[in-house]
Amino acid sequence: MTATTDLDVREGVDRETVEAVQNMGSYKYGWDTEIEMEYAPKGVNEDIVRLISKKNNEPEWMTEWRLEAYRRWVTMTEPKWAMLNYPEIDYQDLYYYARPKSMEEKPKSLDEVDPKLLATYEKLGIPLREQMILAGVEGAEAAPAEGRRVAVDAVFDSVSVGTTFKDELAKAGVIFCSISEAIREHPELVKKYLGSVVPQSDNYFATLNSAVFSDGSFVYIPEGVRCPMELSTYFRINAENTGQFERTLIIADKGSYVSYLEGCTAPKRDTNQLHAAVVEIVILEDAEVKYSTVQNWFPGDEDGKGGIYNFVTKRADCREARAKVMWTQVETGSAITWKYPSCILRGEESQGEFYSIAIANNWQQADTGTKMIHLGKNTRSRIVSKGISAGQAQNTYRGLVTMHPRATNSRNYTQCDSLLIGDKCGAHTVPYIEVKNSSSRVEHEATTSKVDDDQLFYCRSRGMDEEEAVALVVNGFCREVLQALPMEFAMEAQSLVAISLEGSVG
Amino acid sequence: MLKINDLHVKLEEEDKQILKGLTLEVPAGEVHAIMGPNGSGKSTLSYVLSGRDGYEVTGGDATLDGASLLEMEPEDRAAAGLFLAFQYPVEIPGVGNMTFLRTAVNAQRKARGEAELSSGDFLKIVRAKAAELQISPEMLKRPVNVGFSGGEKKRNEILQMAMLEPRMCILDETDSGLDVDAMRLVSDGVNALRSPDRSFLVITHYQRLLNHIQPDVVHIMSNGRIIKSGGPELALQVEENGYGDLLAEAG
Repeated sequence: MTATTDLDVREGVDRETVEAVQNMGSYKYGWDTEIEMEYAPKGVNEDIVRLISKKNNEPEWMTEWRLEAYRRWVTMTEPKWAMLNYPEIDYQDLYYYARPKSMEEKPKSLDEVDPKLLATYEKLGIPLREQMILAGVEGAEAAPAEGRRVAVDAVFDSVSVGTTFKDELAKAGVIFCSISEAIREHPELVKKYLGSVVPQSDNYFATLNSAVFSDGSFVYIPEGVRCPMELSTYFRINAENTGQFERTLIIADKGSYVSYLEGCTAPKRDTNQLHAAVVEIVILEDAEVKYSTVQNWFPGDEDGKGGIYNFVTKRADCREARAKVMWTQVETGSAITWKYPSCILRGEESQGEFYSIAIANNWQQADTGTKMIHLGKNTRSRIVSKGISAGQAQNTYRGLVTMHPRATNSRNYTQCDSLLIGDKCGAHTVPYIEVKNSSSRVEHEATTSKVDDDQLFYCRSRGMDEEEAVALVVNGFCREVLQALPMEFAMEAQSLVAISLEGSVG
Repeated sequence: MLKINDLHVKLEEEDKQILKGLTLEVPAGEVHAIMGPNGSGKSTLSYVLSGRDGYEVTGGDATLDGASLLEMEPEDRAAAGLFLAFQYPVEIPGVGNMTFLRTAVNAQRKARGEAELSSGDFLKIVRAKAAELQISPEMLKRPVNVGFSGGEKKRNEILQMAMLEPRMCILDETDSGLDVDAMRLVSDGVNALRSPDRSFLVITHYQRLLNHIQPDVVHIMSNGRIIKSGGPELALQVEENGYGDLLAEAG
């Protein structure tokens, strides 16, 4: 397939990319070869930032905002404090806006797709049609309309999700659209809230995201509205590998409620792709947000080759009184996970909860946890973290609980449990606790245990094979967190736990 | 049904022979009891038959319906119809008793090429069987064996046995830690499962249990071997005189 026919054949994003690049004209850093133009060149610079902004038809203020972030980013250095070991990332050797994988490498049919991936979806109960798209098979998008809805919703950006339920959501006054649409259609909200929880300057990865994010979701729940359905971005950024830098902004106005689900069950077969997302949540008086994630990026193969580097900044700001946020995450994928969904408990009597399952198998490394920043009086937080390590994996819980001087009579309860499978993996717990007033209370409990041979034998003597037995015991270990997930996610998460640990025993 | 022939077993980790030529046959439909002093190898026998790690078979064989058990994985032995009621049932935190049972039942059905039981069918069956053993619906929801009393754990073992419908049941000191009422419940549960094509091997220290579960044959085990076999009267003899005479007789 040549570059030119490719251009004719392909639709959507890539054509726009090519056109945008051609229209801009002034490219540096090797934008000039045909093939590179087609796939959008590697590297990041101000032109790339402008290109992304232009592609999204963004107003000038947004372009400037991005450029400001970019200029700051080039002065920053990558953080190294996490217990993660990975080779230096060459930021000029990455794609910021295009498929990192050529069309030629794409499987042409299901027969060419890694059978392990297919088996994974089968086990998750995702129908074949969806499977084809999830695995990035060429032509799947053009398949007949039957069964298409799920796949399209899942694969393309959040626009189609919003479209599907547009009437119902609009009736309730809920805005659910892609962030780029929001920038164009609701600039007053975006201007007011974007970067107000995770500022441009927050950290290396968040700053990079601020400059180059190309996709993401925007949610606004008006005052007093209980969102009539769960909002979901299931499989969304899987599409054509363009969503490594997505940005999500959720605003829950006074007295509103929303449950938001984020599924990252996309397999990525490339070598060490970078994923640096930012999620900002603003919660006003008496509002409540539940944010659930099942993260299953490609974790690399059994030998530790490939996999996603997942550097994510997620933060919720309980800005006013009695605001409430609940983070629930099931982290099973990625070669490297660097993620600390946090709660700023600014409003009086606001509450933050964090429930986490982090599984690291084979050569995966996870450094994850949360931050509970108690600023307001009578604030409450609860952390339940379950870390599971198998194979050669390293799993670290890193958490911060801060009680500021004015956060009087506040409470935190933290429970960190680690489970080890085999004798080559590691579990680490790194809690940071700062209490700056005398009326607050912080509790921290931590346990580390191994999957018990007696438990496994007991299960097997009842007829379960070894992997079933491990999955059962581990699911039991995770129960408190699984119960915090919405029902349909809990089922999927349970299967995922089992799948992630396959091959970890015996 | 179960045939054990000249079985020799040592500990894997140390050079200690536990079973030293044990021979035993339990025909279909019969209940056999094994009695013996502490350290005679009774529990080892139950673990070796069900496939627990840590033991090394150095000679002999054990077959269930002609198939050698010793090469099979524990789950395959279970699917073949072997069941061990544990002396110390294991706790599995966070796993509901009902979930555990259903996973086990369906795993065995799958291994035998049968369709899985639907939730509805499963619930009906498990509730009926639990009621017979006076196991409350609340106990079915609790995590497996966690916080169960001694009696509850043993009744739960019998419930598993009733659900899995094994052909060869081994009860390892099921009477230990039971009061009189619990022993009656457990025994009734076992007796209800007696049938012409199901056999039992009941390991116990005391004759007491055998008043409730009438054995066809009683074996006396000592030092890794069966030293004497006989009818139920043998158990009464042990109860009266202890093992001294029998051990002396065996030399």
